[in-house]
Amino acid sequence: MPGVALLVFREVLEAALIVSIVCAATRGVRGRGFYVAGGIALGLLGAILVALGAGAIADLASGSGQELFNAGVPLAAVVMIGWHVVWMSRHARELAQHMGAVGQAVKAGSSSLTLLLAVIALAVLREGSEVVLFLYSMAMGGIGAAGLAGGIALGVGGGVLLGFALYFGLLRIPLRHFFSATNAMLVLLAAGLASGAARFLLQANRLPALGEQLWDTSWLLSNGSLAGKTLGVLVGYDASPAGIQLVFYAITLLVLLGGMRWAARPVAPARTDAASTRGAAPARP
Amino acid sequence: MRNFLPWNLHVNRFAIVATLLLASFAARATDVPEFHLAIQDHAFQPAELKVPAGVKFKLVVENRDAAPEEFESTEFNREKIVLPNGTASVYVGPLKPGSYKFFGDFHPDTAQGRLIAE
Repeated sequence: MPGVALLVFREVLEAALIVSIVCAATRGVRGRGFYVAGGIALGLLGAILVALGAGAIADLASGSGQELFNAGVPLAAVVMIGWHVVWMSRHARELAQHMGAVGQAVKAGSSSLTLLLAVIALAVLREGSEVVLFLYSMAMGGIGAAGLAGGIALGVGGGVLLGFALYFGLLRIPLRHFFSATNAMLVLLAAGLASGAARFLLQANRLPALGEQLWDTSWLLSNGSLAGKTLGVLVGYDASPAGIQLVFYAITLLVLLGGMRWAARPVAPARTDAASTRGAAPARP
Repeated sequence: MRNFLPWNLHVNRFAIVATLLLASFAARATDVPEFHLAIQDHAFQPAELKVPAGVKFKLVVENRDAAPEEFESTEFNREKIVLPNGTASVYVGPLKPGSYKFFGDFHPDTAQGRLIAE
């Protein structure tokens, strides 16, 4: 049972951290609970389907199917997170005259709620499919229903608890800075996801490494430790990354931050023709 | 409607990724040395595998058990599910000389091993 609890805990924690950040980023949005629950449910359903289809996935792309899948899922999440933060930067600005900080964010957040639902679903699907295969493996080993159920309960409970801890910790951030903080966390999360995707593509020999083991900080914080894994999800920490991971990380940071800046630039006072603002925006100090 | 921005950004990013992917196909080595590991009764055979340092190689892991396993190493940064009676390949390295632990994440009590890169 301890073994079951430990693995389930680790996977649930990874998904729970992502869910917590998304929950914080959509604070105050109406109907959010429904979307979050929907995302988790879809993710679980997807996890079971992926686990059932694991053999078929593994055989794809001459044996690289698993890696391509494991890279594609987080990259899809990166695109959705990117869309959300850019959209939010743009509309927060537009609504600035009419609403307080929370109002803007709520308004902006609700528009990309579906995207964030997808991010949650993808996170749950990725970690969940591994858990399903693991539990299947354990069940075959004759662990017994009690051990299995106990391990799942402990693991899920522990992971969800830490997720809630992060969420309530984030809620303590002053409102004035709140959505800047959650946006920053989303950007770092996305960069880390991109770096992880690069690692899978490298594992399948689909990308050049651009330098393996550029440095090694595993003496300080190993990838396998709880803190290492947590930081791995939150900011993309990797004790000994390959060059291509840094490239993916940096590109994601630059594109997302650049997009946010672009979106937040001053726009014409009265929303004129959309196309005309493509170039230089009319100055309005 | 000025929502074309994210599209442009994503198109750019995909272009970059696509370029990298294409570049990698060109650089893809066809004659990478292969090394084999087997999982039997939730343990690795051999538990210690010598590999060349400074060279990229392909590690083929064969699962002879009826239960799925996840081959994983946090030290050389790889993880892959190996289905029952199936094989999975991962590309590893080039590694600096040294010892690198790997394990079966689903049975870490027994499935332990290491690569010796020299």
